[in-house]
Amino acid sequence: MVALFACMVLLLIGFYAVVTKRNIIRIIIGFSLVEYAVNLFFALVGFKRNGIPPIITELGQSRSNFVDPVPQALVLTAIVIGLATTALMLVLAMRIYEKYRTFDITEIRRLKG
Amino acid sequence: MVELYVLLAAMIIAALVAIEIRDLLAAAVALGIVGFSVAIMFILLQAPDLAIVQIVVETLTVVFFAAVILRTTNVDGTISGAFRREMVFPAAVYGMFCVLFLIVVGRALAGLPSFGSPTMLVAGQYIALGLERTGAANVVAAIILDFRGYDTLGEATVLFTAVVGVLTIARRGGRKEKNGEDRS
Amino acid sequence: MRGMSPIVQVVARLLAGMLFLFGTYVVLHGHLTPGGGFAGGVLIAASFILMSLAFGSVAQTERNSYTFSSVVESLGGVLFVSLALAGYVGGAFFFQNAAVYGTGTPLRLISSGIILPANIAIGIKVGAGLFAVFLALGASRFVMKD
Repeated sequence: MVALFACMVLLLIGFYAVVTKRNIIRIIIGFSLVEYAVNLFFALVGFKRNGIPPIITELGQSRSNFVDPVPQALVLTAIVIGLATTALMLVLAMRIYEKYRTFDITEIRRLKG
Repeated sequence: MVELYVLLAAMIIAALVAIEIRDLLAAAVALGIVGFSVAIMFILLQAPDLAIVQIVVETLTVVFFAAVILRTTNVDGTISGAFRREMVFPAAVYGMFCVLFLIVVGRALAGLPSFGSPTMLVAGQYIALGLERTGAANVVAAIILDFRGYDTLGEATVLFTAVVGVLTIARRGGRKEKNGEDRS
Repeated sequence: MRGMSPIVQVVARLLAGMLFLFGTYVVLHGHLTPGGGFAGGVLIAASFILMSLAFGSVAQTERNSYTFSSVVESLGGVLFVSLALAGYVGGAFFFQNAAVYGTGTPLRLISSGIILPANIAIGIKVGAGLFAVFLALGASRFVMKD
């Protein structure tokens, strides 16, 4: 229970960075923190005490002690997609810097044609 | 499970460092610390698939951040040492939102099965039928490629779209007009 | 993009080959051990990124590898969708696994129907896509003029 709460605290720290900070790189770091927190939350929900990983190694093995494999299947692709969206945001930040020479979002409000 | 709580404390401290420190490259390194702690937690939670993916993805995330920061600038010009008055109001509003959010989260988590004993209604079927129906010994691979293959198709599409977006935004030069002008 | 010092180049030459081999192993054994297409694909991309960082490149070779990797990524995606469409062959439905290919004997490398080719397709797609993203982010400024 405490572990799930700590995940939510990490999520709130990430949201704080997205909402309050003025530097674009910090906003992107905040988004990354939110994604890590959500993936960790899924893995925590599927945990079983004294469980073993859901991989069958011998044919006659007893499978009653596996941890839940469905949240792992959901998170597996989400991690790689998180990398791709972070890269998308980073390349946008790079283009913004090349045009305005600053990362500060309060100074890039004017739209240049 | 003392190791879980120690790692969670380290993650929260590293996250606070990552968003408050002045140097941007140090913030990227602190983000790397958070990511590797998440990978160790995946190993402790008996999820080796996720641990492998998280380690390599975290390395590439830090490499991408460093590539962008080293090409542009690594000084954060927006942080001044002084305490600014216009930061008090957003921080206070966000603090109230945090308290409300944590109250609602507490009620929601009370409805979940307790930590360490999931219900596994659907997963029980997948585990029991996995080896006979698909022949794969890795139950997670059987789930993402056979039982829930549509989700993987959708995620492959999302990945493709994100990569196409990156390659388009980073492209320089557009179609050239007849007199040789660039339209980017 | 500039290269790095000779020490880094010697070590990178050794490590990149092992990384590529390990990534291929993780992709191919995705149905037997932890890993699979996504983890192996990212490892393969990491081996190419290591070589590109350590040795640097000239603008022309960067442009060639950039177009080549984006073409390979599209081919990986097309391969994945065509494997899914192959479920129509035996009269079964979309993405059907064991009706078209047999499940094979468990715990062997060639088994489990469509999962092995699908892992290979995803590994190619993710690896080439992430290498193209790295070239777009960190490479020299004149690589994308078309």
